[in-house]
Amino acid sequence: MPAHVKVDWDRCVGSGMCLSIAPSVFDLDDDGNMLLLHGDGLAADEVDPVRDAVACCPAEALELLEEQ
Amino acid sequence: MKRVVVVGAGIAGLRAAEALRSAGYDGRLTLVGAEEEEPYDRPPLSKEVLTGTRAPELAYLRDRAHFVQLDIDVLLGATAESLDLSRRSVTVDGSALPFDGLLIATGSAPRTLPAAERLEGVHVLRSLADARAVRAALEGSPRVVIVGAGFIGGEVAAAARGRGLEVTILEAQAAPLVRVLGEQMGAACAGLHRDHGVPVITGAAVAALEGDGRVERVRLADGSAIDADLVVVGIGVAPEVGWLAGSGLTLDDGVLCDAGLNAGAPGVFAAGDAVRWPNRLFGVTMRCEQWTNAVEQGRHAAANMLAGPDGAAPFAGSNYFWSDQYGIRIQFAGIPSSDSVQLVSGDLGEHRFLALYRGGERLVGALAMRAPRELTRAKLLIERGTAWHAALAELAGAEAPARVALP
Repeated sequence: MPAHVKVDWDRCVGSGMCLSIAPSVFDLDDDGNMLLLHGDGLAADEVDPVRDAVACCPAEALELLEEQ
Repeated sequence: MKRVVVVGAGIAGLRAAEALRSAGYDGRLTLVGAEEEEPYDRPPLSKEVLTGTRAPELAYLRDRAHFVQLDIDVLLGATAESLDLSRRSVTVDGSALPFDGLLIATGSAPRTLPAAERLEGVHVLRSLADARAVRAALEGSPRVVIVGAGFIGGEVAAAARGRGLEVTILEAQAAPLVRVLGEQMGAACAGLHRDHGVPVITGAAVAALEGDGRVERVRLADGSAIDADLVVVGIGVAPEVGWLAGSGLTLDDGVLCDAGLNAGAPGVFAAGDAVRWPNRLFGVTMRCEQWTNAVEQGRHAAANMLAGPDGAAPFAGSNYFWSDQYGIRIQFAGIPSSDSVQLVSGDLGEHRFLALYRGGERLVGALAMRAPRELTRAKLLIERGTAWHAALAELAGAEAPARVALP
């Protein structure tokens, strides 16, 4: 199973930190709400950037789910 | 290091304490908070808590079990009174708390009006208790006067207006937010209020708050008066560093730190609103009163404390903040002290735009209303020290990439 990223939408403050770290995974809409560019599983080379984004998110809104 | 004391249980202190644990520090860890409240988050206090879309209780960040699990001793309602660097201890409510590592995160406190007599109906907005009081006051349908057209004042005005109340904003300067955004963009923020039916009176010096027990009106220096049942004063904050007087640390509008957030004594670091440090991103020694900065400095100071003097890394911050007013998100990154401001996309009057600040040959700041994607791109360029013309070429008229929304 591929890894997934989970977003706590109530916490997101639109700092855009994740966009700068993993631009192929995250984006923002015109109202500042974060979007996932593709929700169904991360590509292998996206896992490390998403791990960094999870660690850097100031709002603690991200979680990386890695299934064994 | 066996004993670390974190003074201040706001977002900087909280994240610093947690970062120490997640980095593997397993000695004694004490978090000292001046308020009785469990640690809470400030951004919602002037936003959703006032508009009524979020209960005040939802601002709490952590529960007791969290601190037990992390083995953090939390002292709440505890006042740090002094610091003794030779004994390496902090005096908290009369008792000495010895430390090997100290993190100063006492934040800032709202400035008050010299004219502020102790009248009912006059509030500042900083703490959860303040937010509860202002929210309760708004429910009584008052006539609202905001003193200070900063972001806190702007958010309170927008929340009150959203409840259909009559609101007036008073600003002592010639335009709102001059210090934070510069004059031109400050004027754009004034336009946002006016377009939502909130007059902004600039150059307005408050002479007195009048009333018999309760506030009834605000008297201006020119003799005119504005009726008010609720006055919210948002005229900035001052760093809470009085308790460090005489400690030997350098106090100069905050605790003066080095680039790595060390406060001038071994193992003594600072983070958040109380810090003045040389920010190498802009080549200026500055204080930053923003939530995101407090989060990042808290984590950074914790890492540097554990790394020791030879391993400490400098902290560079891009001074990002956001404000939500009338359903419009305003975002800023960088510094406003710049040679020119240029609108690169959108329209000021439509409250949807990206404006860039130039400092010498570099992009040093960006302000956006309802343009979060553009702001994020600009913020990244600021953090990379991008040259002005290169940034302009990249951001002017840039097309948004294709994207798919989740259901």
